[in-house]
Amino acid sequence: MIKSYKLRRGLANTFIYIILAVLGLIWISPLVYLIIQSFSADPEAIPQTLLPASFGFDNYIKLFQETDSLNFPRWYLNTFVIACFSCVISTISVLMVAYAFSRLRFKSRKKFINIGMILGMFPGFMTMIAIYYLLKAMQILDLKSIFGIPGFDGTILALIICYSSGAGLGFQISKGFFDTIPRALDEAATIDGATRNQIFWKIILPMSKPIVVYTVLTSFIGPWTDFILAKIIAGDKIDNYTVAIGLQKMIDNDHKNAWFKRFLAGSVLVAVPVTILFLKMQNYYVEGVTAGGVKG
Amino acid sequence: MRYIDYMQLNPFQKFGYHFANFFKKLPSNLARFFKFLGRAIVRFFVAIGKGFAGYGKRFVKGDIFVKLSYLIFGVSNIVRGQIIKGCLFILVEVGYILFMINFAWQYISKINVTGYKIENGQQIDLPNSLGYVAKTETLSADGFSYVPEFHDDSMLILLYSVLTIVITVIVFAIYIANTKSAYKVYEAKKNGEAIPGFKAEIKSFLDEKFHITLMSIPCLLIGCFTVLPLIFMILIAFTTYDKSHLPPGNLFQWAGLSNFGELVNFAGGEAKAHTFLELAEWTVVWAILATFSNYICGMIVALMINKKGIKLKALWRTLFVVVVAVPQFVSLLLMAQILAENGGALNQLIELITGNKEPINFLGGNWFTARVVVVIVNIWVGIPYTILITSGILMNIPADLYESATIDGAGPVKSFTKITLPYMLFVTTPYLITTFIGNINNFNVIYLLTGGGPFTNPDYYNAGYTDILVTWLFNLTMGEKQDYKLAAAIGILVFIVCATLSLITFNMTKSAKDEEAFS
Repeated sequence: MIKSYKLRRGLANTFIYIILAVLGLIWISPLVYLIIQSFSADPEAIPQTLLPASFGFDNYIKLFQETDSLNFPRWYLNTFVIACFSCVISTISVLMVAYAFSRLRFKSRKKFINIGMILGMFPGFMTMIAIYYLLKAMQILDLKSIFGIPGFDGTILALIICYSSGAGLGFQISKGFFDTIPRALDEAATIDGATRNQIFWKIILPMSKPIVVYTVLTSFIGPWTDFILAKIIAGDKIDNYTVAIGLQKMIDNDHKNAWFKRFLAGSVLVAVPVTILFLKMQNYYVEGVTAGGVKG
Repeated sequence: MRYIDYMQLNPFQKFGYHFANFFKKLPSNLARFFKFLGRAIVRFFVAIGKGFAGYGKRFVKGDIFVKLSYLIFGVSNIVRGQIIKGCLFILVEVGYILFMINFAWQYISKINVTGYKIENGQQIDLPNSLGYVAKTETLSADGFSYVPEFHDDSMLILLYSVLTIVITVIVFAIYIANTKSAYKVYEAKKNGEAIPGFKAEIKSFLDEKFHITLMSIPCLLIGCFTVLPLIFMILIAFTTYDKSHLPPGNLFQWAGLSNFGELVNFAGGEAKAHTFLELAEWTVVWAILATFSNYICGMIVALMINKKGIKLKALWRTLFVVVVAVPQFVSLLLMAQILAENGGALNQLIELITGNKEPINFLGGNWFTARVVVVIVNIWVGIPYTILITSGILMNIPADLYESATIDGAGPVKSFTKITLPYMLFVTTPYLITTFIGNINNFNVIYLLTGGGPFTNPDYYNAGYTDILVTWLFNLTMGEKQDYKLAAAIGILVFIVCATLSLITFNMTKSAKDEEAFS
């Protein structure tokens, strides 16, 4: 009896191993294809076979050398600058709002939380189009250079503003985290004469490393992965693209035949750092999402 | 049902009970929601009334300087020694008046007037327009052609009017704060209390009023770049702003509800209403398919990975999670290329295996294939998310439930449908509904895969077969049509659906919690 049970379990497990292996293969193979083909040194512009016949770094080198029509290094730099700035601004504003909602008690606090929730329900890019006109009317998009830094022009500033301005609405996850820190700590500090400002900097922030890391990483990754907002804001200014729209540009009808393999190489260059950051963030991610989602 | 009866139900019956209850209680929940809304409105007006009562009371009770503060900001503060604070108040007032005279008035005065434009030497009147004069013409030197000259820009008039309203609300709040502060220092002086200096006031912003310090900058940013554009877009839905009314050179007019009328006029045989109906149907079908396929498949995979006795759990999980980690636009653009008709890897693979030389056009050919492929690719993108989120909850299902089920002779399929699914549905309903709403707004998957195509239906108004409402909205504004008014109207309708769903879920989870606690 026991033997047959063991056998049955063994069979079931083998079956599951097979399914997992097949599924894992299906899931990972497009990415493997991406990486392998990006190292292809075949003469054809679009790969004709599943595996390339010869390998080399040609696509990567061309990506960085031939920058006349599509300037990938420039896009990469753009995205990096935007990501850094918006990461700092977003993190600060998210933490500030979350702390205020979680630890401070003031009039119409609940109303503010509800308004924040309702604002989050509008389809995001309904406002994006209006933001575009707003920025145009404010003449931010026409600025040639900011602080005299070459290349740091209106579009980049506009994108930084767009990515970081709405960040305060994403306070829920951080608020949930702050809520778990015992209030007795605050009270003790208050008795010792600390102001709320000091409590924020000296007690709450040092205890909230996971959520700070989480917020920093999400807001840093945002500009690398966002597609639609950048497309609306940057429009036809090819030099001001971020990597997302730039890569899409590489495979539109005009460019695909010449740029397809460089698109693959560029995708790898974008995907690798983001993937590493994401895997670092994964644990925080799970905590944050389940806390926000399941509590309702 | 009594609590004791409820406790004896199995999880599946519990879910059924909640499910039935949800629909049974839907009318009363809705009624409660509207009652709540009504009460909120009443409370809002009561608060305003109270505010005005306080406003009047302070005016009557205060001395001459307090009364003067009602006209000139900050007088009472300056007289009582809070010079810097008083000066700041005055500065706000002066600034606001200058802003209104020099800037805002020229826009806000043209918000709804009868305008005209001159085209080919003829004057065309434009009732209810934003701005007086769109275009005038002067005869060119050779006397044969007209040189147009542009005047009012309706876009800017609307944008700056909204801005003015927002600023006015802020200044009004400062004005009320000013009257309160004026009365407070007056009372303090009368009672012989110490009046806090400017430094002390600043310090209070780091302690008792710390929330103001924290909230002001994020609120300002959100106000400028979320609320203001939102109001602007909502107003656009009630105008005639589209390609044939593009400023400069044209004014757009207020159109009332006619844009919404066009969208829901199903009987009129209009392309817009027809497209709207069809796309709305597909959006709902898409959202349901996308949500539940990901949910159920993801859970099955998560169960397999987490099953006792399965080794290399970390490896299996990483295989799937890597797909989440890669930026979505990369994986979707890549997928679109792999599925391409010419040189797509999948067609090459099929040729390799079956020898079939005819490439299949997955995304641009048959509309049904395209829709199925989109849903399947979405499974590829979405399952890893479900695995991430459900793994932890799945581990929390008591193991003895499964054990007793196995003893009673239940196979894996039966324990999945009788134990796992009901339990998970019960716990993750809010997550499911958020995902559902997310899928209604799932722009990336559709846009990056098919761009909305195949565009083979001539009856559609600027849309393809896989277009959902939000991608249609995007194409209407950024594409050739430039039908901004219609896009704004669609956006509002989508919002109403999503908001209603969210609020009902919110109510439902709340009522479910209450039930557990009290019944």
